Amino acid sequence: MAWFKKQKTTEPEPPKRSKISEGMWLKCNHCREIVYRKEVERNNKVCPKCDYHFPISVLERIALLVDLGTFKEWDVELSPQDPLNFQDTKSYKERVKTHQEKTGRKDAMVIGEGMMNGRRAVLCVFDFSFMGGSMGSVVGEKICRAIDRALETRLPVILVTTSGGARMQEGILSLMQMAKTSAAVAKLGEAKLPFICLLADPTFGGVTASVAMLGDVILAEPKALIGFAGPRVIEQTIKQQLPDQFQRAEFLLEHGMIDMIVERRQLKETLSTLVAHF
Amino acid sequence: MHDYLEFEKPIREIEEKIEKLATAPAGKSQDEIRKLRIKLAQVEHTLYSKLTPWQRTQLARHPQRPSTLDYIGYLFRDFLELHGDRSFGDDRAIVGGFATYNDRSIMVIGHQKGKTLKERMQRNFGMPNPEGYRKALRLMKMAEKFGRPIVTFIDTPGAYPGIGAEERGQAEAIARNLYVMSRLAVPIISIVIGEGGSGGALALGVSDRVLMLEHGVYSVISPEGCAAILWDDPAKVPDAASALKMTASDLVDLHIVDEVIPEPLGGAHRDLNAMTERVAKSLSNQLAQLNDLSLPQLLAQRDQKYRSIGAVNGLAATLQ
Ligand SMILES: [Zn+2]
Repeated sequence: MAWFKKQKTTEPEPPKRSKISEGMWLKCNHCREIVYRKEVERNNKVCPKCDYHFPISVLERIALLVDLGTFKEWDVELSPQDPLNFQDTKSYKERVKTHQEKTGRKDAMVIGEGMMNGRRAVLCVFDFSFMGGSMGSVVGEKICRAIDRALETRLPVILVTTSGGARMQEGILSLMQMAKTSAAVAKLGEAKLPFICLLADPTFGGVTASVAMLGDVILAEPKALIGFAGPRVIEQTIKQQLPDQFQRAEFLLEHGMIDMIVERRQLKETLSTLVAHF
Repeated sequence: MHDYLEFEKPIREIEEKIEKLATAPAGKSQDEIRKLRIKLAQVEHTLYSKLTPWQRTQLARHPQRPSTLDYIGYLFRDFLELHGDRSFGDDRAIVGGFATYNDRSIMVIGHQKGKTLKERMQRNFGMPNPEGYRKALRLMKMAEKFGRPIVTFIDTPGAYPGIGAEERGQAEAIARNLYVMSRLAVPIISIVIGEGGSGGALALGVSDRVLMLEHGVYSVISPEGCAAILWDDPAKVPDAASALKMTASDLVDLHIVDEVIPEPLGGAHRDLNAMTERVAKSLSNQLAQLNDLSLPQLLAQRDQKYRSIGAVNGLAATLQ
């Protein structure tokens, strides 16, 4: 599907965009201004100059959304197999191992339950630092398990996406996770339980074209890049430069694809107010 | 005359020789022709019995490969093409409508690539925009409303990556089809007749049975895209095609495809009559099987099928 073209050398490290952990100063991905790191961190990792929302880790995301100490993670042990015995310049097994060591996680998805301003909710959060948040069998299975538990306990489900799309190294099985997760969301819908998506920067390919766009309500972070095809693929196809702000959250809002753009500092408040309506 | 693919060069050479001899004045050339025909059969047999995944991909994309409308024309009676998504436009990369099959009314929908350059351009080379998927969705919902089984033909390089497609919600259109198809209350059979290009193919492919022609391919990404991203080297396209396990037999092994429909020697385009006969046989058989299921059984089986797709370690340890 529409992955960003990765640079060979950056594979094991986080991509260039998240320079947030190094040095006293950092360059904003959006406005390109040099900003003081501490100031960004104090500000929920939001650029003080342009309001760009820097990527945050899964743990930071969960801390931002749920009441302190209430999150219980599920199914931490689920880990990927290598059904295709996939080998490119590196083997899939090796890539998985590298990312497991780097992130301390088995794959690119964290699921669990927590309280949001005293209200119980099921949470699914993509981890972009694990192979670009790509969706393979484990990501799909964990989303389905989270939904199964929500069906049992009749809780709302909140999904936070940051992903380059389906995971190539699991081939057709990754593609089928789009159908598998969408089918699970359909069952949640039949049970009249709310499914709320928060799209963070970036969300692309098979993840956008399945679970991410199926929310009863879809929120996005300011200036997040969201789309089906990656900008480079589109440019190569149409042989034109893309319009300014193309595929930004604001562009999606204008075209009727999402419900609202929510600033990080208002996220928890907005979500808990929203969930109360269902 | 047909177009030859690059790897079919040995066949082309022999066929050209035969043609030359056949047009020459009669005489001793008859014997020569007979010998060449035997050689041709041997060469064809060897070549087509061990096609590489990349060669199959080329066959699946063959310019003369039978299209959705070819199969509709041969398999069904009274096809009435229906148009438009009722919201933006009519996408000619997807065709659909009612047709009669074995005296039963069905809904048939498929990607349509086109044969001539002009038709290919009109049909955007079989790459749908959101309105194509929304037309398909409208027709599928209508099929459900009137209790008609659905047959989809899959043959697309993928959903179109364009500015308008993004503006009109390509991702949402695909996602909505997956969502709706997973619970649609009529039998759905999909047949991969050529190229199954990623999400753009799956948007017509969530079904009770997936059949696939012998030389079809179905993948999460094209070999070209995969080679560019993972190898950063266009020369690695054949390696990517192998690594992705995208052929019909691979997909049977991975439990994604239920039945492979064998093709005439050299591919479906060599003998459309024979090909459609085989497709008809499989289709009748599968429809009859699905027909025997009650609606709750049908939906439970579909649900179970998709729920169980994936290769995950640690399932037993964490079941509660
Ligand atoms: Zn900035």
